[in-house]
Amino acid sequence: MIWAKEETMSREEIEKIQLERLKETVQRVYGSVPAYRRKMEEAKVAPEDIRTLKDLQKLPFTTKQDMRDNYPYGLFAAPLKKLRRIHASSGTTGKPTVVGYTEHDLEVWRECVARLAVAAGGSEDDIAQICFGYGMFTGALGLHYGLEKVGAAIVPSSTGNTEKQLMYMKDFGTTLLVATPSYAMRIAEVAKEIGIDPAKDLKVKTLVLGSELMTEAMRKELHKAWGEDAKITQNYGMSELMGPGVSGECLELNGMHINEDHFIAEVIDPKTGEVLPAGEKGELVVTCITKEALPLIRYRTRDITRLMYEPCPCGRTTARMENLSGRTDDMLKIRGVNVFPSQIEEVLINTDGIGPNYEILVQREHHSDILTIRVEVEAEGMMDSYRALEALERSLKERLRKMLGLDCRIQLVSPNTLQRFEGKAKRVIDLRKEGKESV
Amino acid sequence: MFVKQLSVFIENREGRLEQVTDVIRKENINILSANMADTTEYGVLRMVVSDPVRARAALVEKGFSAMLTDVLAVKLVDQVGELHRLTHIICSQGLNIEYMYALASKDRRAMMVKASDGETAAKAILEGGMELYSNEEMCR
Repeated sequence: MIWAKEETMSREEIEKIQLERLKETVQRVYGSVPAYRRKMEEAKVAPEDIRTLKDLQKLPFTTKQDMRDNYPYGLFAAPLKKLRRIHASSGTTGKPTVVGYTEHDLEVWRECVARLAVAAGGSEDDIAQICFGYGMFTGALGLHYGLEKVGAAIVPSSTGNTEKQLMYMKDFGTTLLVATPSYAMRIAEVAKEIGIDPAKDLKVKTLVLGSELMTEAMRKELHKAWGEDAKITQNYGMSELMGPGVSGECLELNGMHINEDHFIAEVIDPKTGEVLPAGEKGELVVTCITKEALPLIRYRTRDITRLMYEPCPCGRTTARMENLSGRTDDMLKIRGVNVFPSQIEEVLINTDGIGPNYEILVQREHHSDILTIRVEVEAEGMMDSYRALEALERSLKERLRKMLGLDCRIQLVSPNTLQRFEGKAKRVIDLRKEGKESV
Repeated sequence: MFVKQLSVFIENREGRLEQVTDVIRKENINILSANMADTTEYGVLRMVVSDPVRARAALVEKGFSAMLTDVLAVKLVDQVGELHRLTHIICSQGLNIEYMYALASKDRRAMMVKASDGETAAKAILEGGMELYSNEEMCR
Protein backbone atom coordinates (compact mmCIF):
# COMPACT_ATOMS: atom_id res chain seq x y z
CA MET A 1 0.00 0.00 0.00
CA ILE A 2 1.08 3.56 -0.70
CA TRP A 3 0.05 6.24 1.76
CA ALA A 4 0.18 9.47 -0.25
CA LYS A 5 -0.32 10.40 -3.87
CA GLU A 6 2.85 12.51 -3.65
CA GLU A 7 4.80 9.27 -3.59
CA THR A 8 3.78 8.35 -7.11
CA MET A 9 4.05 11.65 -8.96
CA SER A 10 5.97 11.96 -12.20
CA ARG A 11 9.46 13.42 -12.05
CA GLU A 12 8.16 16.65 -13.65
CA GLU A 13 5.47 17.01 -11.01
CA ILE A 14 7.89 16.35 -8.19
CA GLU A 15 10.39 18.83 -9.54
CA LYS A 16 7.73 21.47 -10.08
CA ILE A 17 6.64 21.21 -6.46
CA GLN A 18 10.23 21.17 -5.26
CA LEU A 19 11.12 24.32 -7.16
CA GLU A 20 8.08 26.21 -5.91
CA ARG A 21 8.74 25.23 -2.33
CA LEU A 22 12.46 25.83 -2.58
CA LYS A 23 11.95 29.37 -3.84
CA GLU A 24 9.49 30.07 -1.09
CA THR A 25 11.77 28.63 1.59
CA VAL A 26 14.84 30.53 0.42
CA GLN A 27 12.86 33.75 0.31
CA ARG A 28 11.64 33.12 3.82
CA VAL A 29 14.95 32.24 5.46
CA TYR A 30 16.61 35.16 3.71
CA GLY A 31 14.02 37.44 5.25
CA SER A 32 13.82 35.96 8.71
CA VAL A 33 17.12 34.29 9.61
CA PRO A 34 19.99 36.77 9.84
CA ALA A 35 22.56 33.96 9.90
CA TYR A 36 21.26 32.66 6.57
CA ARG A 37 21.06 36.10 5.04
CA ARG A 38 24.69 36.68 5.99
CA LYS A 39 25.78 33.39 4.49
CA MET A 40 23.91 34.10 1.29
CA GLU A 41 25.33 37.58 1.03
CA GLU A 42 28.82 36.19 1.50
CA ALA A 43 28.12 33.70 -1.28
CA LYS A 44 26.72 36.59 -3.36
CA VAL A 45 23.43 34.89 -3.94
CA ALA A 46 19.99 36.42 -3.50
CA PRO A 47 16.61 34.64 -3.38
CA GLU A 48 15.89 35.87 -6.92
CA ASP A 49 18.84 33.88 -8.19
CA ILE A 50 17.00 30.65 -7.48
CA ARG A 51 15.14 30.07 -10.73
CA THR A 52 15.68 26.38 -11.35
CA LEU A 53 16.34 23.42 -9.12
CA LYS A 54 19.91 23.45 -10.31
CA ASP A 55 20.29 26.91 -8.82
CA LEU A 56 20.12 25.23 -5.44
CA GLN A 57 23.81 24.60 -5.96
CA LYS A 58 24.48 28.31 -5.66
CA LEU A 59 23.38 28.29 -2.03
CA PRO A 60 25.89 27.76 0.75
CA PHE A 61 25.83 24.61 2.83
CA THR A 62 24.60 24.42 6.40
CA THR A 63 26.67 22.34 8.78
CA LYS A 64 26.47 21.01 12.30
CA GLN A 65 28.79 23.86 13.24
CA ASP A 66 26.16 26.36 12.10
CA MET A 67 23.71 24.66 14.43
CA ARG A 68 26.16 25.03 17.30
CA ASP A 69 27.05 28.61 16.45
CA ASN A 70 23.40 29.55 16.46
CA TYR A 71 22.38 27.62 19.57
CA PRO A 72 19.59 27.45 20.53
CA TYR A 73 17.21 29.34 18.23
CA GLY A 74 19.46 31.27 15.85
CA LEU A 75 18.50 29.33 12.74
CA PHE A 76 14.78 29.26 13.48
CA ALA A 77 12.68 30.93 10.81
CA ALA A 78 9.45 31.06 12.78
CA PRO A 79 8.67 33.20 15.81
CA LEU A 80 8.94 31.27 19.10
CA LYS A 81 5.27 31.86 19.71
CA LYS A 82 4.48 29.55 16.82
CA LEU A 83 6.51 26.66 18.20
CA ARG A 84 4.62 23.62 19.42
CA ARG A 85 7.50 21.28 20.17
CA ILE A 86 11.20 21.41 20.90
CA HIS A 87 13.50 18.41 20.63
CA ALA A 88 17.22 18.06 21.02
CA SER A 89 19.69 15.54 19.74
CA SER A 90 22.60 14.10 21.67
CA GLY A 91 25.06 16.84 22.39
CA THR A 92 28.48 16.22 20.96
CA THR A 93 30.45 19.06 22.48
CA GLY A 94 28.43 19.94 25.49
CA LYS A 95 25.53 21.71 23.86
CA PRO A 96 22.87 19.60 22.19
CA THR A 97 21.41 20.36 18.78
CA VAL A 98 18.06 22.02 19.26
CA VAL A 99 15.24 21.64 16.79
CA GLY A 100 11.73 23.05 16.80
CA TYR A 101 8.38 22.41 15.17
CA THR A 102 5.37 24.56 14.47
CA GLU A 103 1.91 23.02 14.25
CA HIS A 104 2.41 22.77 10.49
CA ASP A 105 5.79 21.09 10.97
CA LEU A 106 4.31 18.52 13.31
CA GLU A 107 1.67 17.71 10.71
CA VAL A 108 4.29 17.34 7.99
CA TRP A 109 6.27 15.13 10.33
CA ARG A 110 3.30 12.88 11.02
CA GLU A 111 2.64 12.68 7.29
CA CYS A 112 6.23 11.76 6.43
CA VAL A 113 6.41 9.08 9.11
CA ALA A 114 3.02 7.72 8.10
CA ARG A 115 4.38 7.19 4.60
CA LEU A 116 7.45 5.30 5.71
CA ALA A 117 5.46 3.25 8.19
CA VAL A 118 3.07 2.16 5.46
CA ALA A 119 5.95 1.52 3.06
CA ALA A 120 7.43 -0.71 5.78
CA GLY A 121 4.23 -2.74 5.90
CA GLY A 122 2.42 -0.94 8.71
CA SER A 123 -1.33 -0.37 8.64
CA GLU A 124 -4.30 0.68 10.76
CA ASP A 125 -4.65 -2.92 11.87
CA ASP A 126 -1.33 -2.83 13.67
CA ILE A 127 -0.63 -2.72 17.35
CA ALA A 128 2.62 -0.80 17.28
CA GLN A 129 5.01 -0.98 20.16
CA ILE A 130 7.53 1.87 20.21
CA CYS A 131 10.73 0.72 21.85
CA PHE A 132 12.66 3.91 21.25
CA GLY A 133 13.55 6.04 24.25
CA TYR A 134 10.90 8.72 24.75
CA GLY A 135 12.15 12.16 25.60
CA MET A 136 14.22 14.74 23.81
CA PHE A 137 15.14 12.22 21.13
CA THR A 138 13.01 12.67 18.00
CA GLY A 139 12.75 8.96 17.20
CA ALA A 140 10.09 7.85 19.64
CA LEU A 141 7.60 10.69 19.28
CA GLY A 142 8.18 10.84 15.53
CA LEU A 143 7.17 7.23 15.02
CA HIS A 144 4.50 7.52 17.68
CA TYR A 145 2.51 10.24 15.94
CA GLY A 146 3.17 8.95 12.43
CA LEU A 147 1.86 5.50 13.28
CA GLU A 148 -1.07 7.01 15.12
CA LYS A 149 -1.92 8.90 11.94
CA VAL A 150 -1.83 5.63 10.02
CA GLY A 151 -4.41 4.37 12.48
CA ALA A 152 -2.34 1.88 14.43
CA ALA A 153 -2.76 1.42 18.18
CA ILE A 154 0.36 2.67 19.91
CA VAL A 155 2.06 0.97 22.84
CA PRO A 156 4.57 3.62 23.98
CA SER A 157 6.73 1.24 25.96
CA SER A 158 10.00 3.14 25.44
CA THR A 159 13.28 1.34 26.10
CA GLY A 160 14.49 -0.79 28.97
CA ASN A 161 12.94 -3.51 31.11
CA THR A 162 12.99 -5.89 28.20
CA GLU A 163 11.10 -8.65 29.98
CA LYS A 164 8.20 -6.33 30.55
CA GLN A 165 8.40 -5.23 26.92
CA LEU A 166 7.97 -8.86 25.99
CA MET A 167 5.05 -9.26 28.32
CA TYR A 168 3.30 -6.33 26.61
CA MET A 169 4.15 -7.79 23.23
CA LYS A 170 2.67 -11.13 24.13
CA ASP A 171 -0.36 -9.99 26.10
CA PHE A 172 -1.30 -7.02 23.95
CA GLY A 173 -0.69 -8.89 20.71
CA THR A 174 1.83 -6.40 19.34
CA THR A 175 2.20 -6.76 15.57
CA LEU A 176 4.61 -3.95 14.74
CA LEU A 177 7.82 -3.15 16.51
CA VAL A 178 9.74 0.12 16.38
CA ALA A 179 13.30 -0.08 17.71
CA THR A 180 16.93 0.28 16.79
CA PRO A 181 18.24 -2.81 14.99
CA SER A 182 20.40 -3.63 17.99
CA TYR A 183 17.57 -3.36 20.46
CA ALA A 184 15.33 -5.52 18.26
CA MET A 185 18.07 -8.12 18.43
CA ARG A 186 18.40 -7.73 22.17
CA ILE A 187 14.66 -8.18 22.66
CA ALA A 188 14.83 -11.43 20.72
CA GLU A 189 17.73 -12.61 22.86
CA VAL A 190 15.93 -11.90 26.09
CA ALA A 191 12.80 -13.56 24.71
CA LYS A 192 14.73 -16.76 24.14
CA GLU A 193 16.19 -16.62 27.62
CA ILE A 194 12.73 -16.59 29.13
CA GLY A 195 11.40 -19.26 26.83
CA ILE A 196 9.66 -17.16 24.19
CA ASP A 197 10.34 -17.79 20.52
CA PRO A 198 9.65 -14.42 18.88
CA ALA A 199 8.96 -16.00 15.52
CA LYS A 200 6.36 -18.42 16.88
CA ASP A 201 5.06 -17.08 20.17
CA LEU A 202 4.70 -13.40 19.25
CA LYS A 203 2.59 -11.72 16.59
CA VAL A 204 5.24 -9.16 15.69
CA LYS A 205 5.63 -9.40 11.94
CA THR A 206 6.66 -5.87 11.02
CA LEU A 207 9.88 -4.36 12.33
CA VAL A 208 10.33 -0.68 11.56
CA LEU A 209 13.91 -0.01 12.53
CA GLY A 210 15.99 3.12 12.62
CA SER A 211 18.27 5.58 14.36
CA GLU A 212 21.29 3.46 13.66
CA LEU A 213 22.66 1.79 10.58
CA MET A 214 21.42 -1.72 9.88
CA THR A 215 23.82 -3.82 7.87
CA GLU A 216 22.51 -6.65 5.70
CA ALA A 217 24.24 -9.07 8.07
CA MET A 218 22.19 -7.63 10.89
CA ARG A 219 18.99 -7.92 8.87
CA LYS A 220 19.75 -11.58 8.27
CA GLU A 221 20.32 -12.16 11.98
CA LEU A 222 17.07 -10.39 12.77
CA HIS A 223 15.20 -12.60 10.33
CA LYS A 224 16.58 -15.66 12.09
CA ALA A 225 15.18 -14.36 15.35
CA TRP A 226 11.90 -12.79 14.27
CA GLY A 227 11.06 -15.15 11.43
CA GLU A 228 11.94 -15.32 7.76
CA ASP A 229 8.50 -13.99 6.91
CA ALA A 230 8.89 -10.87 9.10
CA LYS A 231 9.03 -7.54 7.30
CA ILE A 232 12.23 -5.90 8.44
CA THR A 233 12.99 -2.44 7.11
CA GLN A 234 14.97 0.58 8.15
CA ASN A 235 14.32 4.25 7.75
CA TYR A 236 16.41 7.36 7.84
CA GLY A 237 16.26 10.76 9.35
CA MET A 238 18.07 13.08 11.67
CA SER A 239 16.82 15.57 14.20
CA GLU A 240 18.22 18.55 12.31
CA LEU A 241 16.09 17.71 9.29
CA MET A 242 12.97 16.54 11.13
CA GLY A 243 13.75 13.29 12.92
CA PRO A 244 12.57 10.06 11.36
CA GLY A 245 10.64 10.71 8.17
CA VAL A 246 13.25 11.82 5.66
CA SER A 247 13.26 8.44 3.95
CA GLY A 248 12.44 4.80 4.49
CA GLU A 249 12.70 1.43 2.84
CA CYS A 250 9.74 -0.16 1.12
CA LEU A 251 9.33 -3.90 1.11
CA GLU A 252 11.36 -4.20 -2.09
CA LEU A 253 14.40 -3.36 0.08
CA ASN A 254 15.93 -1.35 -2.74
CA GLY A 255 17.01 1.68 -0.80
CA MET A 256 15.06 4.26 1.17
CA HIS A 257 12.38 6.35 -0.56
CA ILE A 258 12.90 10.03 0.08
CA ASN A 259 9.91 12.24 0.79
CA GLU A 260 10.85 14.51 -2.06
CA ASP A 261 7.96 16.90 -1.75
CA HIS A 262 9.43 17.89 1.64
CA PHE A 263 13.14 17.36 1.14
CA ILE A 264 15.52 17.89 -1.75
CA ALA A 265 18.41 15.46 -1.66
CA GLU A 266 21.76 15.99 -3.31
CA VAL A 267 24.94 13.98 -3.18
CA ILE A 268 28.19 15.88 -3.14
CA ASP A 269 31.87 15.17 -3.14
CA PRO A 270 32.61 15.77 0.55
CA LYS A 271 36.01 17.25 -0.26
CA THR A 272 35.17 19.69 -3.05
CA GLY A 273 31.51 20.25 -2.25
CA GLU A 274 30.66 19.61 -5.88
CA VAL A 275 27.33 17.98 -6.70
CA LEU A 276 27.79 14.50 -8.10
CA PRO A 277 25.71 12.96 -10.90
CA ALA A 278 22.86 10.66 -9.92
CA GLY A 279 24.07 7.23 -8.90
CA GLU A 280 27.45 8.33 -7.63
CA LYS A 281 28.41 7.81 -4.05
CA GLY A 282 29.10 10.80 -1.85
CA GLU A 283 27.85 12.83 1.07
CA LEU A 284 24.13 13.32 1.36
CA VAL A 285 23.01 16.94 1.49
CA VAL A 286 19.38 17.70 2.31
CA THR A 287 17.30 20.85 1.98
CA CYS A 288 14.06 21.15 3.89
CA ILE A 289 11.46 22.82 1.70
CA THR A 290 8.33 22.73 3.82
CA LYS A 291 9.47 23.35 7.34
CA GLU A 292 8.50 26.55 9.10
CA ALA A 293 10.53 26.45 12.28
CA LEU A 294 13.86 25.08 11.10
CA PRO A 295 14.16 24.94 7.33
CA LEU A 296 17.78 23.97 6.89
CA ILE A 297 19.26 24.75 3.51
CA ARG A 298 21.67 22.24 2.02
CA TYR A 299 22.40 20.55 5.31
CA ARG A 300 25.48 18.39 5.18
CA THR A 301 24.45 15.12 6.78
CA ARG A 302 27.94 13.57 6.61
CA ASP A 303 26.25 10.33 5.69
CA ILE A 304 27.56 8.52 2.65
CA THR A 305 25.04 7.22 0.15
CA ARG A 306 24.01 7.44 -3.49
CA LEU A 307 20.73 8.45 -5.04
CA MET A 308 18.69 6.27 -7.37
CA TYR A 309 15.95 7.65 -9.57
CA GLU A 310 14.92 4.48 -11.40
CA PRO A 311 11.31 3.51 -10.73
CA CYS A 312 10.83 1.05 -7.90
CA PRO A 313 8.68 -2.06 -8.37
CA CYS A 314 6.66 -0.95 -5.33
CA GLY A 315 5.08 1.77 -7.46
CA ARG A 316 6.66 4.75 -5.76
CA THR A 317 8.39 7.21 -8.02
CA THR A 318 10.34 9.05 -5.36
CA ALA A 319 14.11 8.93 -5.44
CA ARG A 320 15.74 6.38 -3.21
CA MET A 321 18.91 6.65 -1.20
CA GLU A 322 21.03 3.59 -0.82
CA ASN A 323 21.46 2.25 2.70
CA LEU A 324 24.23 4.21 4.32
CA SER A 325 27.74 3.04 3.89
CA GLY A 326 29.43 5.24 6.45
CA ARG A 327 30.25 8.75 7.51
CA THR A 328 32.32 11.41 5.86
CA ASP A 329 34.31 12.11 8.95
CA ASP A 330 35.25 10.09 11.94
CA MET A 331 32.03 10.50 13.78
CA LEU A 332 30.89 7.27 15.30
CA LYS A 333 27.36 6.43 16.15
CA ILE A 334 27.44 4.25 19.21
CA ARG A 335 24.19 3.03 20.67
CA GLY A 336 22.52 5.97 19.00
CA VAL A 337 24.93 8.50 20.47
CA ASN A 338 27.21 10.58 18.29
CA VAL A 339 30.83 10.25 19.30
CA PHE A 340 33.73 12.17 17.88
CA PRO A 341 37.24 10.78 18.43
CA SER A 342 38.31 14.32 19.15
CA GLN A 343 36.15 14.31 22.27
CA ILE A 344 37.83 11.16 23.49
CA GLU A 345 41.21 12.64 22.72
CA GLU A 346 40.38 15.69 24.76
CA VAL A 347 39.71 13.57 27.84
CA LEU A 348 42.85 11.49 27.36
CA ILE A 349 45.11 14.45 26.86
CA ASN A 350 43.94 15.90 30.14
CA THR A 351 44.62 12.73 32.09
CA ASP A 352 47.85 12.20 33.95
CA GLY A 353 49.65 8.90 33.83
CA ILE A 354 48.84 7.92 30.25
CA GLY A 355 50.60 8.53 26.98
CA PRO A 356 49.36 10.52 24.00
CA ASN A 357 48.64 7.51 21.83
CA TYR A 358 45.31 5.77 21.89
CA GLU A 359 43.06 3.48 19.93
CA ILE A 360 39.31 3.48 19.71
CA LEU A 361 37.72 0.14 19.09
CA VAL A 362 34.05 -0.23 18.30
CA GLN A 363 32.51 -3.64 18.05
CA ARG A 364 29.28 -5.41 18.51
CA GLU A 365 28.72 -7.81 21.33
CA HIS A 366 25.38 -9.42 21.79
CA HIS A 367 24.06 -6.99 19.24
CA SER A 368 25.00 -3.94 21.19
CA ASP A 369 27.75 -1.47 20.38
CA ILE A 370 30.77 -1.64 22.64
CA LEU A 371 33.25 1.20 22.75
CA THR A 372 36.72 0.32 23.98
CA ILE A 373 39.52 2.82 24.42
CA ARG A 374 43.08 1.59 24.61
CA VAL A 375 45.62 3.80 26.27
CA GLU A 376 49.21 3.36 27.24
CA VAL A 377 50.08 3.55 30.92
CA GLU A 378 53.09 5.72 31.38
CA ALA A 379 53.24 6.81 34.97
CA GLU A 380 55.86 4.75 36.72
CA GLY A 381 54.35 5.21 40.12
CA MET A 382 51.23 3.35 39.11
CA MET A 383 52.94 0.30 37.84
CA ASP A 384 53.12 -1.55 41.11
CA SER A 385 49.65 -0.79 42.35
CA TYR A 386 46.45 -2.34 41.15
CA ARG A 387 44.68 0.26 43.18
CA ALA A 388 46.29 3.10 41.27
CA LEU A 389 45.64 1.40 37.94
CA GLU A 390 42.04 0.77 38.83
CA ALA A 391 41.64 4.35 39.96
CA LEU A 392 43.03 5.51 36.63
CA GLU A 393 40.62 3.27 34.78
CA ARG A 394 37.68 4.45 36.84
CA SER A 395 38.47 8.11 36.45
CA LEU A 396 38.89 7.72 32.70
CA LYS A 397 35.57 5.92 32.44
CA GLU A 398 33.84 8.51 34.52
CA ARG A 399 35.19 11.44 32.55
CA LEU A 400 34.47 9.79 29.23
CA ARG A 401 30.94 9.12 30.34
CA LYS A 402 30.52 12.78 31.19
CA MET A 403 31.95 13.83 27.85
CA LEU A 404 30.17 11.30 25.65
CA GLY A 405 27.10 10.43 27.64
CA LEU A 406 27.97 6.80 27.16
CA ASP A 407 29.74 4.01 28.98
CA CYS A 408 32.94 2.67 27.56
CA ARG A 409 35.60 0.13 28.37
CA ILE A 410 39.16 1.09 29.09
CA GLN A 411 42.07 -1.09 28.17
CA LEU A 412 45.38 -0.17 29.73
CA VAL A 413 48.38 -1.32 27.74
CA SER A 414 52.15 -0.99 28.05
CA PRO A 415 53.92 1.98 26.52
CA ASN A 416 54.85 1.70 22.87
CA THR A 417 52.47 -1.11 22.16
CA LEU A 418 49.85 0.85 20.24
CA GLN A 419 50.40 1.41 16.57
CA ARG A 420 52.24 4.58 15.63
CA PHE A 421 51.51 6.62 12.56
CA GLU A 422 53.33 8.91 10.26
CA GLY A 423 51.01 11.60 9.03
CA LYS A 424 47.35 11.10 9.64
CA ALA A 425 46.72 8.63 12.40
CA LYS A 426 44.08 6.01 12.06
CA ARG A 427 42.98 5.50 15.60
CA VAL A 428 39.50 4.19 15.09
CA ILE A 429 38.87 0.53 14.48
CA ASP A 430 35.22 0.04 13.74
CA LEU A 431 34.56 -3.66 13.49
CA ARG A 432 30.87 -3.04 12.90
CA LYS A 433 31.52 -1.83 9.38
CA GLU A 434 32.42 -5.26 8.14
CA GLY A 435 29.13 -6.45 9.55
CA LYS A 436 31.13 -8.61 11.91
CA GLU A 437 29.53 -9.78 15.07
CA SER A 438 32.13 -10.51 17.67
CA VAL A 439 29.66 -12.00 20.10
CA MET B 1 66.46 -3.16 54.92
CA PHE B 2 64.40 -3.15 51.72
CA VAL B 3 64.68 -5.41 48.76
CA LYS B 4 64.20 -3.95 45.28
CA GLN B 5 61.28 -5.64 43.66
CA LEU B 6 60.90 -5.45 39.90
CA SER B 7 57.31 -4.71 38.82
CA VAL B 8 56.28 -4.99 35.18
CA PHE B 9 52.96 -3.93 33.75
CA ILE B 10 51.69 -6.55 31.36
CA GLU B 11 48.50 -6.38 29.36
CA ASN B 12 46.66 -9.63 29.01
CA ARG B 13 47.85 -10.61 25.57
CA GLU B 14 49.26 -13.80 24.21
CA GLY B 15 53.00 -14.09 24.58
CA ARG B 16 53.49 -10.95 26.59
CA LEU B 17 54.73 -12.67 29.74
CA GLU B 18 57.08 -14.79 27.70
CA GLN B 19 58.63 -11.67 26.20
CA VAL B 20 59.39 -10.38 29.69
CA THR B 21 61.06 -13.54 30.88
CA ASP B 22 62.99 -13.67 27.63
CA VAL B 23 64.44 -10.20 28.16
CA ILE B 24 65.53 -11.14 31.69
CA ARG B 25 67.00 -14.46 30.62
CA LYS B 26 69.05 -12.80 27.90
CA GLU B 27 70.52 -10.44 30.48
CA ASN B 28 71.61 -13.54 32.37
CA ILE B 29 69.59 -12.45 35.39
CA ASN B 30 68.05 -14.98 37.73
CA ILE B 31 64.40 -14.78 38.77
CA LEU B 32 64.11 -15.81 42.41
CA SER B 33 60.40 -15.34 42.79
CA ALA B 34 57.56 -14.14 40.64
CA ASN B 35 53.99 -13.36 41.35
CA MET B 36 51.03 -12.34 39.25
CA ALA B 37 47.36 -11.98 40.13
CA ASP B 38 44.50 -13.26 38.05
CA THR B 39 42.99 -10.31 36.23
CA THR B 40 41.20 -9.91 32.95
CA GLU B 41 42.74 -6.96 31.16
CA TYR B 42 46.23 -6.53 32.57
CA GLY B 43 48.42 -7.65 35.38
CA VAL B 44 51.45 -6.56 37.32
CA LEU B 45 54.24 -9.09 37.30
CA ARG B 46 56.20 -8.73 40.52
CA MET B 47 59.58 -10.35 40.72
CA VAL B 48 62.62 -10.63 42.88
CA VAL B 49 65.60 -10.95 40.58
CA SER B 50 69.34 -11.22 40.99
CA ASP B 51 69.94 -7.80 39.42
CA PRO B 52 66.85 -5.62 39.58
CA VAL B 53 68.45 -2.41 38.31
CA ARG B 54 69.86 -4.00 35.19
CA ALA B 55 66.69 -6.05 34.61
CA ARG B 56 64.57 -2.94 34.77
CA ALA B 57 66.82 -1.06 32.35
CA ALA B 58 66.68 -3.94 29.89
CA LEU B 59 62.88 -4.12 30.08
CA VAL B 60 62.41 -0.38 29.69
CA GLU B 61 64.76 -0.49 26.75
CA LYS B 62 62.45 -3.07 25.16
CA GLY B 63 59.46 -0.82 25.73
CA PHE B 64 58.00 -2.33 28.87
CA SER B 65 56.66 -0.40 31.81
CA ALA B 66 58.88 -1.56 34.62
CA MET B 67 59.71 -0.06 37.95
CA LEU B 68 61.45 -0.87 41.20
CA THR B 69 59.53 -1.00 44.45
CA ASP B 70 60.85 -1.33 47.97
CA VAL B 71 59.49 -4.41 49.68
CA LEU B 72 60.45 -6.38 52.77
CA ALA B 73 61.89 -9.87 52.53
CA VAL B 74 61.09 -11.46 55.88
CA LYS B 75 62.99 -14.62 56.75
CA LEU B 76 60.65 -17.45 57.68
CA VAL B 77 61.27 -20.64 59.55
CA ASP B 78 59.39 -23.68 58.27
CA GLN B 79 57.08 -24.22 61.24
CA VAL B 80 53.52 -23.82 62.44
CA GLY B 81 52.49 -20.26 63.29
CA GLU B 82 55.41 -18.58 61.56
CA LEU B 83 53.32 -16.57 59.10
CA HIS B 84 50.94 -15.62 61.87
CA ARG B 85 53.85 -14.26 63.84
CA LEU B 86 54.59 -11.92 60.93
CA THR B 87 51.01 -10.84 60.28
CA HIS B 88 50.49 -10.27 63.97
CA ILE B 89 53.46 -7.92 64.20
CA ILE B 90 52.30 -5.90 61.21
CA CYS B 91 48.70 -5.88 62.35
CA SER B 92 49.54 -4.76 65.86
CA GLN B 93 51.20 -1.68 64.37
CA GLY B 94 47.93 -0.80 62.69
CA LEU B 95 49.47 -1.36 59.27
CA ASN B 96 48.07 -3.03 56.16
CA ILE B 97 49.69 -5.61 53.98
CA GLU B 98 49.10 -4.53 50.41
CA TYR B 99 50.38 -7.77 48.97
CA MET B 100 52.74 -10.57 49.79
CA TYR B 101 54.15 -13.64 48.15
CA ALA B 102 56.64 -16.33 49.00
CA LEU B 103 60.21 -16.77 47.91
CA ALA B 104 62.12 -19.99 48.25
CA SER B 105 65.47 -20.29 46.62
CA LYS B 106 68.15 -22.74 47.72
CA ASP B 107 69.20 -21.27 51.08
CA ARG B 108 66.67 -18.47 51.23
CA ARG B 109 63.13 -18.76 52.43
CA ALA B 110 61.17 -15.51 52.75
CA MET B 111 57.83 -13.80 52.59
CA MET B 112 57.96 -10.76 50.35
CA VAL B 113 55.80 -8.11 51.94
CA LYS B 114 54.57 -4.74 50.76
CA ALA B 115 53.22 -2.97 53.83
CA SER B 116 51.37 0.30 53.88
CA ASP B 117 54.30 1.81 55.75
CA GLY B 118 57.49 -0.07 55.00
CA GLU B 119 59.74 1.72 57.46
CA THR B 120 57.48 1.18 60.46
CA ALA B 121 56.80 -2.41 59.47
CA ALA B 122 60.52 -3.16 59.12
CA LYS B 123 61.26 -1.72 62.52
CA ALA B 124 58.47 -3.67 64.17
CA ILE B 125 59.51 -6.92 62.47
CA LEU B 126 63.07 -6.56 63.69
CA GLU B 127 61.92 -5.64 67.16
CA GLY B 128 59.58 -8.60 67.12
CA GLY B 129 62.57 -10.88 66.71
CA MET B 130 62.24 -11.71 63.03
CA GLU B 131 64.89 -11.10 60.40
CA LEU B 132 64.98 -9.34 57.06
CA TYR B 133 67.06 -10.11 54.02
CA SER B 134 68.94 -7.11 52.70
CA ASN B 135 69.00 -6.24 49.03
CA GLU B 136 72.64 -7.37 48.89
CA GLU B 137 71.76 -10.76 50.37
CA MET B 138 69.00 -11.20 47.84
CA CYS B 139 70.72 -9.90 44.75
CA ARG B 140 73.80 -11.99 44.50
